[in-house]
Order: sequence, then C-alpha cells, then structure tokens
Amino acid sequence: MKQTYNRTHAVVRFAGDSGDGIQVIGSQFATASALAHNQIRTMPDFPSEIRAPEGTPSGVSSFQLHFGTGEVYSAGDMCDCLVAMNAAALNVCLKDVRRGGTIIVNTAGFTEKFLRLAGYAENPLETTLLQSFNVVALDITRLASLAVRELTLSTKETERVKNFFALGLMYWLFSRPMAQTVAWIEEKFAKTPILAEANKLALTAGWNYADSTETLTERYMVEPSELISGRYRSLTGNVAAALGLIAASIQARLPLFFGGYPITPASDILQTLVQHKRFGVQVFQAEDEIAAIASALGASFGGNLAATATSGPGMSLKTEALGLAVMAELPLVVINVQRAGPSTGMPTKTEQADLFQALYGRHGEAPIPVLAAESPADCFRISYEAARIALKYRTPVIVLSDAMLANGSEPWKIATTDELPPIQVNFSQNASDFAPFLRDEITLARDWAIPGTKGLEHRLGGLEKQSGTGAISQDAQNHAQMVAFRASKIDGIVREIPPQEVFGAEAGKILVISWGSTFGAIREAVAHLQKDDITVGHAHLRYIHPFAANLGEIINHFEHIIVAELNAGQLIHILQDTFCKKMEHFSKINGQPFKAEQITVFIREMLARKEVSTSPPRLSAPIAA
Amino acid sequence: MSTLIETVTVGDGTHECAFSIKDLKPAGDVRWCAGCGNYSVLSQVQKLLPELGVPRENIAFISGIGCSSRFPYYMNTYGFHTIHGRAAAVASGLKVARPDLSVWVVTGDGDALSIGGNHTIHLLRRNIDLNVLLFNNQIYGLTKGQYSPTSQHGQVTKSSPAGMPGYPFDPVSLALGAGASFVARTLDRDLRHLGVMLRRAAEHKGTSFLEIYQNCVVFNDGAFENFTDKATKPENTLFLEHGKPLIFGANSEKAIRLDGVEPRVISLGDGEHSVSDALVYDETNPNLAFIIAGMSRNPDLPRPVGVFLAVERPCFEEELTTQIQADAQKYSTDKPFEPSLEALFASEDEWTVALHH
Repeated sequence: MKQTYNRTHAVVRFAGDSGDGIQVIGSQFATASALAHNQIRTMPDFPSEIRAPEGTPSGVSSFQLHFGTGEVYSAGDMCDCLVAMNAAALNVCLKDVRRGGTIIVNTAGFTEKFLRLAGYAENPLETTLLQSFNVVALDITRLASLAVRELTLSTKETERVKNFFALGLMYWLFSRPMAQTVAWIEEKFAKTPILAEANKLALTAGWNYADSTETLTERYMVEPSELISGRYRSLTGNVAAALGLIAASIQARLPLFFGGYPITPASDILQTLVQHKRFGVQVFQAEDEIAAIASALGASFGGNLAATATSGPGMSLKTEALGLAVMAELPLVVINVQRAGPSTGMPTKTEQADLFQALYGRHGEAPIPVLAAESPADCFRISYEAARIALKYRTPVIVLSDAMLANGSEPWKIATTDELPPIQVNFSQNASDFAPFLRDEITLARDWAIPGTKGLEHRLGGLEKQSGTGAISQDAQNHAQMVAFRASKIDGIVREIPPQEVFGAEAGKILVISWGSTFGAIREAVAHLQKDDITVGHAHLRYIHPFAANLGEIINHFEHIIVAELNAGQLIHILQDTFCKKMEHFSKINGQPFKAEQITVFIREMLARKEVSTSPPRLSAPIAA
Repeated sequence: MSTLIETVTVGDGTHECAFSIKDLKPAGDVRWCAGCGNYSVLSQVQKLLPELGVPRENIAFISGIGCSSRFPYYMNTYGFHTIHGRAAAVASGLKVARPDLSVWVVTGDGDALSIGGNHTIHLLRRNIDLNVLLFNNQIYGLTKGQYSPTSQHGQVTKSSPAGMPGYPFDPVSLALGAGASFVARTLDRDLRHLGVMLRRAAEHKGTSFLEIYQNCVVFNDGAFENFTDKATKPENTLFLEHGKPLIFGANSEKAIRLDGVEPRVISLGDGEHSVSDALVYDETNPNLAFIIAGMSRNPDLPRPVGVFLAVERPCFEEELTTQIQADAQKYSTDKPFEPSLEALFASEDEWTVALHH
C-alpha cells in the first residue's frame, strides 16, 4: 500500500534538452496545480539558442514550479523533486535540489555519450554523488515507447512522447488531476489524431507505471489554498502587459497602436497583441527599434493610445525618441523587459540593471515616470497604470519588467471593470480656449488637440516652444520655465500614487527595500524571518519615479535599510541621494533571480554584525544562524 | 488663427474646399535663406492643397530635421517636426492610426537617405498612403555644408576638402529598388512641372515618392543649373510623359531610343531616325522605370524628370484594417464583436474558485 503524505508546499522542476518539450509539461503541471486550487509561481529557464547542442549543459531547458496551500511568493529556492531527462539536466540542476529530495532520472539520457556531453567522467547514478537524495531511475524513453508500440509512429515521433510519460508519473506523485492535460492534448493535436493518441497513452502509462512500480512508495498531496473566490486564469508577465494595454485602450475609448520590433524577452508582448486585433489593436512591426517608438509617437500625435515594448539594447535605440516625446508632451507607454546585459549579454536571463537608463538615459532635462511590475500578473496592473498616467499627464511612461516576469506565470484573478481606475481623455475641441501649451492648473498636462479637429491646427516638434502658445522659442527665460514645467508635471504624479505599504512592522530594526521581479523571493525571506521574531519589514516599490509620498517617512522609521536588487547598485543610490541615509546593498548579477535563502542569510549576518558593533563586547563572536 | 472663410471652387472645378492659400500661412515668418528653392515648393504646396478637397484640419505635415524639415512650421495645418531621419516612421504610425488624414512627409537628402535611409525604404516597401517630398539639394545645409549621400563623387565640401570619396545614391533608383508604387522627380525652378508632380503625388494612392531638385543658394548653389537654366535645360532635361515619345532638345530634335536595355540618344534630324524610333514612355512598367532612372548616373545623357512609375498596389494600412475587421468577424456570434473587458479577459484556460471549499 502506497502512503500519501500531506505537504503545505512543494517545488518541482522539469529539466531536459531544449527539444524535449520541457516547457510544455511544466506549463501543464502548473495549470493542473492551479486547477487543484493551489497558489503557484513558475520560473521557466531556457537557452537563448533555438536548438542548443543536444545533451550539453548549455542546451538544458527547465521549468520550475512552486505550489502550495499557503502564500506562494516565489518560484521557490530548492526543489523537492527534480525530473532530469538527461545527464546534462542533472548536472545543471543538482545544486538546486534539497538534500533528501526526489530525483527522477531518465536512464536513457545517461548513456556514455550523454554522460560525456554532460561533463560527467563517471555515471553519477553509479557513484555516491546522489546518495543523499531519493533517486528514482527508470528508462522513460523506452517505457514511453512501449506505451505507444501499437500505433504506427516513426522513430522520431515515438521518441517524442517521453515528456508526457514523465508528466503522468509526476501527476501521480503529486496527486494532480490529468483531465485538463488530456483535453489540451486533444486540442493541440486535433489535426493529427494519432499523435494525440500517442501522447495520451504516454501520459496514462506514466501515471500507471508510478502507481504500480515498487520504486515509488510515497506520494504527496498539497491541499487546496483558501483562495479568494472568483474567476482565475494564468498569466505570464508579457501576456499580462499586453492585456493591460488593451484594457486601458478599452477604458479610455481610444484605439491601441503598438509599434514593436522583435527582441528577446519582449517579443511575446508583440505576439500577444497581434492575437487581439479585434479589439481595434493596430500592431506595427517596425523596421527597427527607432521606428517602433517613432511610429507609436506618430499614432499618439493622431490621438491613439500608443505603446512600444523592448529590452535593454532596444531601449538604448529609443532614447532619442523619448526626448521628443518629453518635448512634445505626448502620451506613450514604453515597456522595457530587462535582460542580463550589457549588449546582447544573456538575452533569456534576468537582471535589473536598466533602472538608471530608465531614469536618466536621455539627452537634456527629460524626466519620465518609471513604474516597475512586481510579479507576472502585476504586469497587467502596471501597464494599465502606465497608460492611465501617460494619457492623463501627456507624458511617456517607462514600465520596467524583466525576463523572469515576462516568462514566469501566476494565477490572476480576472479583473472586473470597477476594479480598474477610470481613464478619461478629453481632447480639446474649441479654438476659443485652445493653445497647444496651455496647461491644466493641477496636473500641468498640456492641452491636447488631435488632427481632424477643425480650427485647432497647430505644430508640435522637438524645438523648444513658447509656454502657452507653442510657437518656436529660443528665449532663455521661457526655456527655463518650460524645463521647470516638465519636471513639476512629472513630480506631481505623486498624487496618483497610493501610499507605500510595509510588510511587517511599520518601524523597527531592518527594512528591506526592493523593486521589480525580486518581490517574491524577498517577501518569502522576510515572512520567514518575521516568524523567527526578527523585526524586519519589507517595502516593495512599484513606483520608482516619482516615489510614493510617504517613502521617506517609512525609511526614517527603521534603523537599517537594505536595498536588494539584481544589479551592482542602482536603486540604492537614488534612495540614498533622495533621503540622505546610508543604506546597505544586497546584489546579485548572475542572470538568476534571488533565492529567499540568500536574503535571509544576508539579513541574519547583517544583524549579527550590527549586534557586534552596537552591543557591549562579547567573549566570542556570535555564530550566524 | 484664421477660421473657415468661404467655400471656393478652384482647379478643375470638381473639387470643393473650405479654405484658401491665405489660411495655410501661419502667423510666424518663413525663415529660409533668400532665394532658397524651398520657397517655391512651399508656395506650390499651398496652392495645391485647397484644390484637393481635403479639409485643412485633416492634413498633417511631418518632417525630420534639416532646412526643409522646418516646412510644417510654415504651413497652417497639423504638423509635427520630429527627429532627424524619423519623419517616415512617425508619419507611418500616424497614417496607420488615422487613415482618414492626408499625411505629408517633408524631408531632405540627408534626412531621408542617410540617417533615415532605413525608414525610407521600409515606408516604400509597405506602401502606406503618404506623400513624401524629398528636397534634394545634395548638401547638408542646416549644419552648414557637409557632403550628403547625394553629393557628387569628388565634390568639394566642408567635410570633403579633397573631394567626396564614394558615390551618391540616385534617389529615384533607390525608391524603385525599394518597391515604391509611385516615383517621380521634379525641379524647384519649374513651377508648372512642380505643381503637376505635387498633384500627381497627392492623388496617388500608396506611398508617393517625389524627389525635388532643390537649389541651396548658400552651400551648393547651381547644383542643378544644367537642368533648370533656360539655356541648358532643353539639352539636359528629359521630361517623361506617359504614352509619349521621349523627346528633348531646344527644337525637340533629339530623342531616346532603347538599344536592348541601353538608352541612347538619337538625332531626329539626321535623316536616319524619326519620332517612331523614340521610346514611348510607360509609367506603369517598373522595368522601364529602372532603365530610365539609370540615365541619372550617366552625365552624357539628359536627366529624366517626371513620373517614373505609378502603379496600383494595396496599401499597408488598408490591409491592416481588413485584418482587424476579419478578426472581429471571426469572433462575432449572432451579434457583431464588441471590444469589452469581459471579452478581453475570457480565456479557455480559466477556472473558478468558489468560497471556502
């Protein structure tokens, strides 16, 4: 009799060659877990090459999923269960499996050739390397092929069903429902029923194998979470960003124009939008990054909600046009899905090193609001908010996302109309009270008249304009005034920003400040420390320019501030400069996200240091927990 | 600011418009050098627009950077003076977003063919319904006299004191190579021809590319004198007209004959040749357009001006609109598709969580 154990959380990772269909089964497992009412977070990781050399560490594609009964903030640090489809996958991922965890290996991927390609001198299945893990070794490739032997399939087609065998086995191990995957297979392979049949047979065979084999004696159950009731769907950051833009277009009653140019990891925004043409979305795949933003600016001049999305190198190319957008005071949403740079860097890996670029990377005095999404689904709210601010203040707005948010997914409670702040755009209509650079007294947004409006013909452009009339002006005092107007307008956006929240005590010893995709790992770490009665708070910023009005006050309520970010120190400089307080930096720049454990260790060590320096001398130094 | 004044009937009498030349002149001064070729283009455009039957508020002039790119400021329509080289891209976005507008791109040889070369060729490839006026003066004027991508090989300029190395673009050949559907060339000093070409460009559906030989009186004076001066023009300039033989010369005594794919000058008075030997121009033939455009590189042949090519091709923005409509059609049920948040968020993969399970 097999024993089922209840768990509150589990972290699983599927890993194999980039052609093994790892992302497919990972996504299926994530959907199954969401349908089982677990909280989930995912982290796909794949090579930048389309088909990296087979069997090598550089060709390993993986998909990690954290699911649980309670709060799930991140995709998880260490895996409880790894599925390694070949030796290279094991070699790459072993360091991320917790001691005592389960490793399911496909022995067909551990032949002499695969061991050599993976960089193993000896077969790790025959050495002591895996002795502290629960290893389940089976020939998945052969078992899967046996399951489909009745069907007339080519060798290649037979070989390809092994991922679904592995998925079936994992479904058994974690007591997941399979129905939605069966339905998915039937739809996906609707045109080739034989392949649908093959994949379903492999899936079922995986489940049955696990159920009958004596090597698997335990299975796990992660109970459903107490989720807020409602309709849910899974969103990746890029899909969420695209939907946020369309939602803003619907709410503002303005057509959406998107100028884009393919770039990893932002292209999915372009591709998602083009699937939504029926919403009046005009997608313009431009000849380059410059034309992508320039065309969007042209559409904005024409009265559309206009947006563009890119990654770091593309952002560099767009900076000249951002200057014009600032000067012409036209609304524009610019999404930067950051990746590890500089230059081509590591295009599929994550980093937060474009913050300075977003804030300062322009010629002249050209302030632009900067918002940052904290999770995949938050990309929806942030891109919607960016559009709202852009339209209201007639300004470009930069949204920072990153590779981790772009490809990661989480369940999103489908928004209702009343949950979205209204967006109202009033174009100028009357010649009697219009001038292109007259401003709203409160927001300082300029009058906006669009072509087609009779009697309001006017010229915009990069040359400095006279305040009010908009005539070309090289007057010294006027320029100073216009520079001040443009800055005050952006500073005034603070009135749109909700007060910064602190997770944990409002005051105390340590406050961790972070932004962007690091939210999950840091929140998990801080929650963990709080359970140990350490007074540590977490302020995660979604608005970076301007900051929330109460941020300075919050900072003053803590003894020590840690700024944690995936760069060599960017937000920390801005915070220190703005609030005149020395802070500590925790950084990581290797293309990978933070692990919660790294944050807790840093905080504990820092606390220990501070104890030493502020307490009376001790006989021996304390040992970090 | 002027208001709607009267309804006047001009031109061929079929177009009605509600504004006049006066309305197109904004309050400020025009600040080009005295004698600049830009003035004649400005006045011809201002003369043409009221005749097109397009309301003034539906016209937008988009420019890049350079002397010619100040044009929108001198035209009381909607206008956007953008970034060096990017006028074509900004205008593309505007026209795609607002197909109801008449959008004009005003650019120069440096703007359109050097820093903005990429946008120019892609605009022509897409065939967005814009009118491109390329003011070619073969020099950088606003930056005071450096050589441009249309300056002549060996030309002495501030940035090429020993003569320009390398060879220029022929804008007409470039536009034809990029797949333009309308390509023409005209002269700033031939007001009648300029007016006709502007009208042809305006009336063409698709991207109209009009190269205007424009004299820069300060930095490259006389660059086109051979083609515009009364004395030399007849010998050196060949006017292309659809369906007409290619004849030139002070007494129409010379013609162009096609010798295989080589255009050659023949003398009509030599007893050997007659008008029937002359090539009859066909502006709908892209191959012919290439051959004739190639004459521009040969100093021994007269310089062709006029419409090189005018063919019908679907416009990018029309195709996009059709696709948008088709997508809406696909998602229509018994009712036409209505964009709504509900429709946007609907997903086949959604699930429902009930209160407390």
